[in-house]
Amino acid sequence: MSDLSDLYEELIRDHSKKPRNYRVIEHPTREVEGYNPLCGDRYTVYVTMNGDRIEDIAFQGEGCAISKSSASLMTQALKGKTIAEAEKLFHAFHDLITSTPDKDVNTDDLGKLAVFSGVRKFPVRAKCATLAWHTLHSAIEGKGEPVSTE
Amino acid sequence: MPASFDTTRTAAVAFDVDRIREDFPALHQRVNGAPLVYLDNAATSQKPRAVIDRMAAYYATENSNVHRGVHTLSQRATDAYEAGRELVQGFINAQHAHEIIFTRGTTESINLVAATFGRSRVRAGDNIVISTLEHHSNIVPWQFVCEERGAALRVVPVSDAGVLDFEAYTRLLDERTKIVAISHVSNALGTINPVHAMIEAAHRRGIPVLLDSAQAAPHAELDVQELDVDFCAFSGHKMMGPTGIGVLYGKEALLDAMPPYQGGGDMIDSVSFSKTTYNTLPHKFEAGTPHIAGVIGLGAAIAYLETIGMDAIAAYEHELLTYATERLADIDGIRFVGTAPEKAAVVSFLIGAIHPYDTGSVLDRLGIAVRTGHHCTQPLMDRFRVAATARAAFAFYNTREEINALVRGIYKVKEILG
Repeated sequence: MSDLSDLYEELIRDHSKKPRNYRVIEHPTREVEGYNPLCGDRYTVYVTMNGDRIEDIAFQGEGCAISKSSASLMTQALKGKTIAEAEKLFHAFHDLITSTPDKDVNTDDLGKLAVFSGVRKFPVRAKCATLAWHTLHSAIEGKGEPVSTE
Repeated sequence: MPASFDTTRTAAVAFDVDRIREDFPALHQRVNGAPLVYLDNAATSQKPRAVIDRMAAYYATENSNVHRGVHTLSQRATDAYEAGRELVQGFINAQHAHEIIFTRGTTESINLVAATFGRSRVRAGDNIVISTLEHHSNIVPWQFVCEERGAALRVVPVSDAGVLDFEAYTRLLDERTKIVAISHVSNALGTINPVHAMIEAAHRRGIPVLLDSAQAAPHAELDVQELDVDFCAFSGHKMMGPTGIGVLYGKEALLDAMPPYQGGGDMIDSVSFSKTTYNTLPHKFEAGTPHIAGVIGLGAAIAYLETIGMDAIAAYEHELLTYATERLADIDGIRFVGTAPEKAAVVSFLIGAIHPYDTGSVLDRLGIAVRTGHHCTQPLMDRFRVAATARAAFAFYNTREEINALVRGIYKVKEILG
């Protein structure tokens, strides 16, 4: 049961019920849809760039508590970051989520995003936590193609 | 109303579920610290000791290839394999054992009919009738045929309760309909379709019918002659048998007229580089070394089911469905997806705005296994405007206490995520 409180931490529950930056950006620099065909989670991530800096970032869509809170916390973490900083954070987050629960991962750079370390005990939920991130990754790489986590 | 799913009957003698549970080793374990409550039976059932032991004994003492050698072990394996076919024949009351074709499962059975009967009969401008309730395995093989031949796929709609629109069905049938392919029981909602009346309506126009009975065969008596069905597909692993083995029943005249499916050993009569002739039924459709242990295991599963009795199983599972529906309906915010009056023991549901994956993860930590997702029925989920549901699907080894555990689990889900 303590595993459950690791997965559904207070911060995660808060962001899933009241997602931040949950809106459409009217004329974004990039707009990409992410979809998990297994569970039907679907989000659109909007990014406005100023040079190589993320000036504004928002998302909308439907999915589980893990995917929605992850998207919400991602937008908070990335606003004002450069592409290089965003990429670094993406890799750090991805490394955390895909590591084994017993591994001691340094989460100093992740800030609030470290709250998702409990997902490691639920490997089938890793794709929920990373869906928005994969979508953003595609958006800033400029592929503009819908992302599927399958 | 098929006698097989006559839910008004009750078991003649008290159903001894505690004794039955002793037969299933997998049920007696703890998962995440709690006793396992296995409610994912529409995906696959657990296996009784009789099946596990029979397959082990085959590999330990009888293992050999079938229909090949003159040696004793090969004869033993062949006898055991063909005895499995006769057990299936008896289980579904087929007229002939050679009307039983072994496949890898329901999916392969449907693909076999689509690729042979479908491709040899369907022409441009023809149509194939399916329903909104179908599993992807009874949609995609027909889409292949329709795309290749320039034919149309016609889809029977369902009501908000998940009941098939029979009037619409009869209107969709016409002189260009080459086959009706329909689920016997919906895997996602549990709806039992009026298959007797559907087969009659199709036959009045001379149209053959394929039943996807994957969710019907494990739960009630199945009589292909009484139904007068032309093709019937089901899987071993959902009816207490092993994975990787399934059945296609087909009427002899139809199977005889169909071209072969796969080429290879066992399916031939004689081979030369100028001309190959094909073997007789059922071997014409069983190219290569079959899943011998699977057939033997399926035979053991059928023998096991028959000792309990399919009528007793249907009656007990209906009691479980009634109890579960009543208990779950008391939970504030629960929404049932699929409320047909005639249902197998399947409950598909949503709790408020909580995503089914979150529901499934919390229940899993309490040792409760339910299915979450679209259940390989995306068009049906679209029909109900949901991305996914949580599904509890019961078997005859489930108990009221397990349903109580599910209800307690859902309250925990609401506490954490509501």
